[in-house]
Amino acid sequence: MRVLIPSALHSYTGRAWVAAEGATVAAVLDDLDRQFPGIRFRMVDEQGQIRRHIRLFFRNEMLFDLAAPLPADGELCIVQALSGG
Amino acid sequence: MSATQEPAGRPPTLLVATRKGAWLFHADAGRQQWRVDGPHFLGHIINHLVLDPRDGRTLLAAAKTGHLGPTIFRSTDLGKTWQEAAQPPAFGPVANGLDARAVDHTFWLTQAHASEPDVWYAGTSPQGLFRSEDGGRTWAPFSCINDDLQYRKWFGTVQDGTPDGPKLHSIIVDPRDPRHLYFAMSGGGVHESLDGGKSFSPLVEGMEVVEGFDSSDVTFYDPHCVRLCPSNPDRLYQQNHCGIYRLDRPGHRWQRIGRNMPGEVGDIGFPMVVHPRNAQTLWVFPMDGSNVWPRVSPGGRPAVYASRDGGQSWQRQDTGLPASQAWWTVKRQAMTADANEVVGLYVGTSSGELWHSRDEGQSWQCLARHLPEIYAVEAVYPR
Repeated sequence: MRVLIPSALHSYTGRAWVAAEGATVAAVLDDLDRQFPGIRFRMVDEQGQIRRHIRLFFRNEMLFDLAAPLPADGELCIVQALSGG
Repeated sequence: MSATQEPAGRPPTLLVATRKGAWLFHADAGRQQWRVDGPHFLGHIINHLVLDPRDGRTLLAAAKTGHLGPTIFRSTDLGKTWQEAAQPPAFGPVANGLDARAVDHTFWLTQAHASEPDVWYAGTSPQGLFRSEDGGRTWAPFSCINDDLQYRKWFGTVQDGTPDGPKLHSIIVDPRDPRHLYFAMSGGGVHESLDGGKSFSPLVEGMEVVEGFDSSDVTFYDPHCVRLCPSNPDRLYQQNHCGIYRLDRPGHRWQRIGRNMPGEVGDIGFPMVVHPRNAQTLWVFPMDGSNVWPRVSPGGRPAVYASRDGGQSWQRQDTGLPASQAWWTVKRQAMTADANEVVGLYVGTSSGELWHSRDEGQSWQCLARHLPEIYAVEAVYPR
């Protein structure tokens, strides 16, 4: 599947769109971390919680559960909620 | 981390960590001209940037952004290139029936004893103690405190901590004994280990708490910054939410030496700076801790206060600093000393100004303006 990476994480991927595999959100993030070491921890904390300003969308639906199943094709959009100053 | 073990005579480099990135300022031989290197990590919140004095080359930066989780970056070429830690500080899974916690940011970095190359300690928010044994590449929870029932109680709630989260800070390694450790927490008191971190115990006797809180509860002690004197490792100085203190070991009772500060200034502040070679000399940067705690220079007139007799008397040092309408805060890691023969002092402000003194605080010059809010300043000697 194609995964959209937010600009704050381009230092890991070097580009906005990357390919990753996995049957669940967690598996896709694990695959991203294999390809781009360290990227998962910037988005998900050590207790498995998606960090406060990270949002994940699949087919315009926001995903909150890392165990949520994902089809093999499609686009997972990872975006950063704007905050701070 | 401090410059104090380094030989004097070489020009220092300042490591400046800010809310929006990090900068290095390299001095010339006279500490007159400063070459600016930065920004590094523009837009990242850098809580601490330190140099390993054991090799004089390795930098560690504690970083996060407003959107992303915390991490540690490492450079072995003085910031030309950076590599991210493979395993940044992170708490373990739920233990002892306690709530699971996640590191919000790494706040404090301290290198371990000179006999333990590549070993580092990190303090986090919320309060946690971590250790790396590979130069900062991987980090693991250290000691029993992170998931200890008693320590969890002493950590207090997020509401008990500082506005951007309760912190573990002031990690100190006795230069004579790698097993003798101290740390402090805002809030949660000062703690000591004599067994290399296997166990810690509170060291709060003599310290005060805000009126109305229970002084028998370690939770309510709020040390802001603790420093050990390199020239006399049995002496500690502390700037606390409730005054300035000195502790001479093996004693266990802190003495409030801030009582001798001028009444209109008080003895509240964040940083504490000790002289690299004279344990009688220390510097503080008082702030307004009255009524609603403005946390700015008292009266809008910034001044350093120096003591050269271990805190019995204090001298105001404000020559060159703004005489009025300067409403700064200087955070606990944002004031430091170099190790030159005539000691240089450095102050980073919440308004993004960097001030320095080449004469132990007698006169001050502005070294840089218009930086982001400064969180930490270290004076170091790269090799």
